[in-house]
Amino acid sequence: MSAKTADKIATAVIITLAGFIVLVMLGLLGFILVRGLGHISWDFLTSAPETIKEGGGIGPQLFNSLFLLVLTLIITVPLGLGAGIYMSEYAKPGKVTDFIRLIVEVLSSFPSIVVGLFGLLVFVNVFGFGFSLFSGALALTVFNLPLMVRITEQGLASVPQAQKEASLALGLSKWKTIKSIMLPIATPIILTGTILAAGRVFGEAAALLFTAGMSSPRLDFSDWNPLSPMSPLNPFRPAETLAVHIWKINSEGLAPDAPEIAAGASAVLILMVLVFNLLARFIGRLIHKKFTATK
Amino acid sequence: MQNVALSTKDLNVFYGEKQAVKNISLDFASREVTALIGPSGCGKSTFLRSLNRMNDLISGAKITGDIWIGDQNINDQKTDVVLLRQKIGMVWQRPNPFHKSIYENIAFGPRYHGIRDKKKLDQIVEDSLTKAALWDETKDRLNRSALSLSGGQQQRLCIARSIAVSPSIILMDEPASALDPISSAKVEELIADLKREYSIIIVTHNMQQAARVSQKTAFFLMGEVVEYDDTSKIFTNPSEKRTDDYISGRFG
Repeated sequence: MSAKTADKIATAVIITLAGFIVLVMLGLLGFILVRGLGHISWDFLTSAPETIKEGGGIGPQLFNSLFLLVLTLIITVPLGLGAGIYMSEYAKPGKVTDFIRLIVEVLSSFPSIVVGLFGLLVFVNVFGFGFSLFSGALALTVFNLPLMVRITEQGLASVPQAQKEASLALGLSKWKTIKSIMLPIATPIILTGTILAAGRVFGEAAALLFTAGMSSPRLDFSDWNPLSPMSPLNPFRPAETLAVHIWKINSEGLAPDAPEIAAGASAVLILMVLVFNLLARFIGRLIHKKFTATK
Repeated sequence: MQNVALSTKDLNVFYGEKQAVKNISLDFASREVTALIGPSGCGKSTFLRSLNRMNDLISGAKITGDIWIGDQNINDQKTDVVLLRQKIGMVWQRPNPFHKSIYENIAFGPRYHGIRDKKKLDQIVEDSLTKAALWDETKDRLNRSALSLSGGQQQRLCIARSIAVSPSIILMDEPASALDPISSAKVEELIADLKREYSIIIVTHNMQQAARVSQKTAFFLMGEVVEYDDTSKIFTNPSEKRTDDYISGRFG
């Protein structure tokens, strides 16, 4: 076979494979959206679920998912950035660093149900946080942290050595160099990592069953005092997220329209991930532009 | 020698087992251009990078011996490298402007070193760009990205950036070799101007350039300095046969 034919065949095979993946993705997305979109209405998005009657909504669950995302990011981002910066810029290469890296890798491949059980034992019981958003956020941190650390490390490693040297040669301290020269260049990569981590928060169910719980108190959306037990902003209340809600109504839903609610909720979940991705990317580009003055 | 800006005494640099620079003792005159020449891998860049402790960044690099500026040995572990590097500017082979605006590239260093006054910073930016012969080309676009400049302009911006923190010595590692001939000529002119205020040590592969811009030349070979003398002497009547062989192009 001539090199030219081989090249043509390889190209054809690769294009076919890529096309197949796109088809599968579109099929999945289309299936979920077609089944669910019809059920989405303002009422569906804002009202509370019904246990046995028809016509319940997903309002509190939607809010819980978003709030949990914010809480998790508040914990994950500073920790992950800090550890990533340490691993990339301060840790001396050697056995200890390699060991830390190994642990980080192992942590990221933990089955989420195991993390959930760990959360139940440690955060919920030992620390006494109970079934709460806070316990859920900590459990999600367990497997989002490795991702965040690795991405920060990779982002900093992608900064050209010449940039770092130029800054140090001007007499700038190491920290100032990291903060003002390296992090802005690494921002797009770090942001991508944050989006990936955030996507997992939206989609995760298993780890939250035992930590954030499977029920929400009757939320009073007019009470914004984070300390009051009925307030949506109270991080120490139980909170069922959208993904957990989908799992619950599919397995033990009593409402006659449970399949429709599950389909609608799935569509909402996917749309939220999509919107969040686009938004994060847009903001990332803005930040990058502002820091680097590129047009 | 008249005023000495910087001198090294028995300077050795090791990368792991390999010794890249061997026992170099040189005095660099202030407000003169000293060229370091020699074939690739002769240790001249390594030597240059030792002078502002840039080799500290490379794991496995070890530097022994003394580097004196006045009565301070800067190769002492106690020396504050951050302060030291403010006094010794550096320019690299490939222009490496920060991914920031032209203005920010210059103002970044001085601001960190304590100048907050906007007017003063504006003045520093203008002065530095003027000294680097870049002001006329950039004064209307100071807020544009430095990456929008041409390669030659970027290199002059990097020179302006280093003089903005008022160093006394500037190290240049083949500053014109990645540029086109016209930009390269501009950078050479600039070096000739700058020596009125700064002591410059420049590594170059280009013999003509060394002959044109420098007053003193050191010829490096295999990590050692073979000959160090006035540039005119090195290029017309070197004392060592090896220097003569290299300069006349018989090897290297």
